Amino acid sequence: MIHYLLFFIFGALALAGAINLLAQKHPIASALSLIVVMGALAAEYLLLGAEFVAVIQIIVYAGAIMVLFIFVIMLLNAGEEASSGGSSRVAWIFGFPAMLAIGILLAWVLVKRDPANMPVPVGATYGSPTLIAQQLFKPYLLPFEVTSILVLIAIMGAVVLARKEN
Amino acid sequence: MVPLGYYLVLSAILFACGVAGFLIKRNIITIFMSIELMLNAVNLSFVAFAAHWHMLSGQLFVFFVMVVAAAESAVGLAIIIAVFRTRATLDVDRVDLLKL
Repeated sequence: MIHYLLFFIFGALALAGAINLLAQKHPIASALSLIVVMGALAAEYLLLGAEFVAVIQIIVYAGAIMVLFIFVIMLLNAGEEASSGGSSRVAWIFGFPAMLAIGILLAWVLVKRDPANMPVPVGATYGSPTLIAQQLFKPYLLPFEVTSILVLIAIMGAVVLARKEN
Repeated sequence: MVPLGYYLVLSAILFACGVAGFLIKRNIITIFMSIELMLNAVNLSFVAFAAHWHMLSGQLFVFFVMVVAAAESAVGLAIIIAVFRTRATLDVDRVDLLKL
């Protein structure tokens, strides 16, 4: 029961953050609500037993990536976005009902489908750092090394792109 | 013992929020944050399936998604800085040089 309770609390938190991201006009407010979403998702990962993923979600996503976002927002002095000139009628007539219909259908399929009804074992720690490392450095060694090259290229690309041209 | 479907529905709703933000937002930084939201929603599906099938591969894929997201955000924010430097705006409606 406690698992349901925690799932719904953190799920509602994540949803509230995601909706607030859409509702806010100022990018800083959107960034802060995205951090709430990421924290709530880290709690969901802990519920699923993925310790390592939960920790790097906090450190890498909520820590590093969002700090980068906030630095850029402050650097560019981004203000509130201009309000659009009224929403289109097509969006109200077709867009939102279609979105609602697809959402309900998707939820129905996902919840009613047979394998989806099987409960996920909660709290059984499958994602401890030891197990992840054993996988990462044996069968997934090549992709792991390739990501280091990717990160190196990304660092160089970021420096080249953001450099002031003379 | 929360059913797998609940996690998938939460993931789908978060992904839909990301798509909606990508479509309705006009500030380029907020659009970029919507992309991050979509990546997070996919990660939740990965972890839920990994726990469901007792396979670690899902969590390793989350690790790789996070690495790619970090690289993508570094390059993307550099591009945003470059765009702001040349066009002096963050409004995507006003970055329309390729528009016919």
